Amino acid sequence: MSFRADFAHGARDAIGPAAATLVLGISFGAAAAGADWGFAAPLAFSALGFSGSAQFTLLTTLHTGSALAAVASAVLINARYLVMGLALNDSLQGSRGRRALQAQALVDASFVVAHRGGGRFDIGRLFGATVPQWSCWLLGTLLGLLARPDAALMQRLGLDVVFPAFFVLLILEEIKSSRAAIAALCGGCISGALLLVTEPGYALLAATAAALLGLLSDVEEEPT
Amino acid sequence: MRLWLSILAVSAANALLKATGPLVLGDRRLPFAARRVVALMAPVLLAGLIVVELAGPDWHDLDGAQVLGVGVAGLSWWARAPMLVAVLVGAVAAATVRAL
Repeated sequence: MSFRADFAHGARDAIGPAAATLVLGISFGAAAAGADWGFAAPLAFSALGFSGSAQFTLLTTLHTGSALAAVASAVLINARYLVMGLALNDSLQGSRGRRALQAQALVDASFVVAHRGGGRFDIGRLFGATVPQWSCWLLGTLLGLLARPDAALMQRLGLDVVFPAFFVLLILEEIKSSRAAIAALCGGCISGALLLVTEPGYALLAATAAALLGLLSDVEEEPT
Repeated sequence: MRLWLSILAVSAANALLKATGPLVLGDRRLPFAARRVVALMAPVLLAGLIVVELAGPDWHDLDGAQVLGVGVAGLSWWARAPMLVAVLVGAVAAATVRAL
């Protein structure tokens, strides 16, 4: 399949998650407006940082103490991208610098949409999935800044369901073997248990340890 | 200034996190065992995200209507509803329960 076709495929598959990202972006924009972040800073953050988890973390921690601690928290919550970047590298092309640039398209939804099974990723789909994600995140931030919707109203409308629901549907599509199902169950249990003792970012990072089940010998699906 | 510096620092660190793997590994392929681990990374990460999103810190954010809505969305997808429709049905279910 050509890059253009893969790109279109990725963009098509990412429309649903992008809709969820729009809703989350509205929440971020409204929260940033409520925290008196002004107009340009939240938009610049969404354009450059492009990470809901890190942005919400900075938003909630910056006013509570030192900026260094707030920045460190926001960075650590995204430590999973280190692992995901390593996972993606075999599917990237070109020099180290070129690969590093391609890896900037990495976000949670595009990582899943680009996964072709067996640890292989399609770079065209990765880019295609990221474009609507980024656009909707930025648009959502803008709408949130302008409209400042009440968080309670969004909850009453059931919009808090959108984001986790899309992840549930993505995982239902992603799990194609009993090994993947068991690993996902373990990942969910690890993060759930660690939420009781640590930050969500650490809990999420630790959940990736469940992928070590891939080291067990009776492989159902061998990556090429 | 404090806000802008923090935003720029987080954005730069985020980009570096994504770039580190490719910068370190270059065109060297991961060992076979590591690729088997990578193959499970997507479902594991998704499962973690779902739990973190629904439960929140210390499980304080757990909300029955939200969990119900997510479950209804999953069931709708299982019943062959398109993804967007399934999520919409889930959101309506949660909103209905909250309105009761």
